[in-house]
Amino acid sequence: MAESSKELIVRSIFKRNPIALLVLGICSALAVTGQMSTALVMSICVTLVTAFSSLTISIVRYQIPNTVRIGLQIMVIATLVILVDQILQAFFYELSKQLSIFVGLIITNCIIMGRAEGFAMSNPPIPSFIDGIGNGLGYSLILMSVAFIRELFGAGTIFGYTIFTTVSNGGWYVPNGMLVLPASGFFLIAMLIWLIRTYDPEQQESQ
Amino acid sequence: MAKEHPLKPFYSVLVLAFACSALVAAAAVGLEPYQTVNKTLNQKKNILNAAGLYQPEVGVEEQFSTIETRLVDLVSGTFVEDPDIDPFEFDQLDAAMSDENGRDLDPDTDIAGIRRQEKYSLVYLVKDGDSFEQVVLPIRGKGLWSTLYAYVAIDADLNTIRGVSFYEHGETPGLGGEVENPRWQKGWQDKTLYDQTDQLAISVVKSGTQASPEERDYQIDGLSGATITTQGVDSMMQFWFGDHGFKPFFEQFKNGGLNG
Repeated sequence: MAESSKELIVRSIFKRNPIALLVLGICSALAVTGQMSTALVMSICVTLVTAFSSLTISIVRYQIPNTVRIGLQIMVIATLVILVDQILQAFFYELSKQLSIFVGLIITNCIIMGRAEGFAMSNPPIPSFIDGIGNGLGYSLILMSVAFIRELFGAGTIFGYTIFTTVSNGGWYVPNGMLVLPASGFFLIAMLIWLIRTYDPEQQESQ
Repeated sequence: MAKEHPLKPFYSVLVLAFACSALVAAAAVGLEPYQTVNKTLNQKKNILNAAGLYQPEVGVEEQFSTIETRLVDLVSGTFVEDPDIDPFEFDQLDAAMSDENGRDLDPDTDIAGIRRQEKYSLVYLVKDGDSFEQVVLPIRGKGLWSTLYAYVAIDADLNTIRGVSFYEHGETPGLGGEVENPRWQKGWQDKTLYDQTDQLAISVVKSGTQASPEERDYQIDGLSGATITTQGVDSMMQFWFGDHGFKPFFEQFKNGGLNG
């Protein structure tokens, strides 16, 4: 595998998007996409954790005994997530309250484990780090697109700024209540996957 | 892959676990001052919130400066006039745990499930000029998974609830965690603590319970899908507004007014 850094990133965002192709990390993609600001923080956190966990695991990959490798990977990931959580609590208290348990649940985000086990265990540190960033960005792209649609049409705002004035505030826009509910994320992600796979039929699963 | 030495996994796990725990410990200790600042700010915000005074555009510290922080002796119900204790430095939960300022509760009295109670409690007096408007009281009690912490604002008649704000808990998000929901907290407003004979009458009931109009003044709608959290909130109301809670303070306050 001798791909350039650029290829590694582009591939993870479009050709092998962790959510769209591998359908990983769906849980948080549903939960935090009601508002763009929480989705953005979640994206940044997941990107950082994926990048640094891949980097760390790649550095120590020859020291990791095969029998306990999953446990060690989880330990590295959990440590990073706790660090992120502590930093959020110290400097972005309001956001950390909004994200509440979802920061802790980054540990169980399959994208991170998947990249650690699937890429970092068999590749040198720098490509692993870049692969982590790429997958984080791929996750972020889907998260931000879903959050954009949900916040704009569900509440009439973008990042909390009013775009469509809703009827309850004396405007004309009747918000779509379903988009506020987490379940609407399912439909939006499904539609995104459909669009991506129609555009690039190579991603379709063979029957 | 060559066969590993059987002890190697133990070494690697130990080394990595040690490195990870050192990192986590360093972060927790290093960031604690910042987190404490945030926590106190959050508490002040919730006190204002319970009193219905919170304005997002004005700084929390600035709004809080109009509120008088006092210490109350929970047994006698009088204000603590000890110059050695600064109310702004007083940590109520630490006090409950200390030998000097706390005591064990026996299981019969301890309906809120807090095990130890402090001798003194902080109270926050909200005044408009010289006239006393409302008092915000800290309460806590066990829910399903965790201890819930809240502030309750009581009107100057020392009977009507003006508002409530839960600021810390570990209940299930979406079920018991709905104690944070402002819409639910609104349901507390204008409920009455004591009946005509001065008996504690307030209760938190199962969501949707039918009640006569007279009873309704004393009943707070519980959370649907969170029976044990609701029961916990009910018990903490019974405890903190009963004889071991703020009732002696209310009585002193009514007799002697603000300076009593």
